[in-house]
Amino acid sequence: MTLPPYADWLGLTVEREGAGPPVLAMPFSARVLGRPGFLHGGALGGLLEMAAVLALRDALGDEAARVKPINVTIDFMRGGREKTTCAQGRVTRLGTRVANVEATAWQDDRDIAIAVAHMNYRLVRD
Amino acid sequence: MSAQAPPQFAIDPKRLLAMRGGHTGALGLEYRDHGADWAELALPYRDDLVGDPATGVLASGPILSMMDVATAIAIWLRRGAFLPQATLDLRIDYLRGSRPGQAVIGRGECYRITRSIGFVRGQAHDGDPADPIAHVAGTFMFTDPPQ
Repeated sequence: MTLPPYADWLGLTVEREGAGPPVLAMPFSARVLGRPGFLHGGALGGLLEMAAVLALRDALGDEAARVKPINVTIDFMRGGREKTTCAQGRVTRLGTRVANVEATAWQDDRDIAIAVAHMNYRLVRD
Repeated sequence: MSAQAPPQFAIDPKRLLAMRGGHTGALGLEYRDHGADWAELALPYRDDLVGDPATGVLASGPILSMMDVATAIAIWLRRGAFLPQATLDLRIDYLRGSRPGQAVIGRGECYRITRSIGFVRGQAHDGDPADPIAHVAGTFMFTDPPQ
């Protein structure tokens, strides 16, 4: 799976697990540091958006469709620390024209989310 | 110095941006202008921040980061002090894709503060403020002890 330049810039790697949507890993670096000792909310948001779009691509499979983000709402629940952050998206509805996707980010324990994003995408099917 | 000490220095967003390392520095965010409760930043166009190589449109993540920083600075300006805070939530409507090659300008405003929460909004454009590319609304939580 090829990631866009921005994902490479963030240092994201894909860790596919089972048949579900891909899990993305973002290593900690000075590039994603916010206030001292904490991950930047924008970098975390960028990771969540990438996880959401990959989940959508996964759900679309071989179908050729252009995907355009309409909006994103992010809840920041815990400060991200100086360690690897993972994220996975989940398509909650794949419609004809619109898709609803959620993405969750975690660090040590995937049951303890540090941030959750809800995104709406416009689908332009060929 | 205790966390409750009164602010010693005026907030200077230009200096803040120039000093800033981390994510803000790595993205190359630049200072443009500010007022009593708002700040305007710029994100210069870069190939390595592209989200869709087929079109050259910037990823939305860097725009989200710029709006997070611009609105955070707007709160510091309104509170008149560099006090600890954390983004509680942020919503962005992507009105249209940014034009390849164009810098994105982001203006964040703090329109209300309570004892513990800052309410912010903002817009981003790529040259014409009347033709925005994104609209933002969010809240920040103040993490310093209540006054």
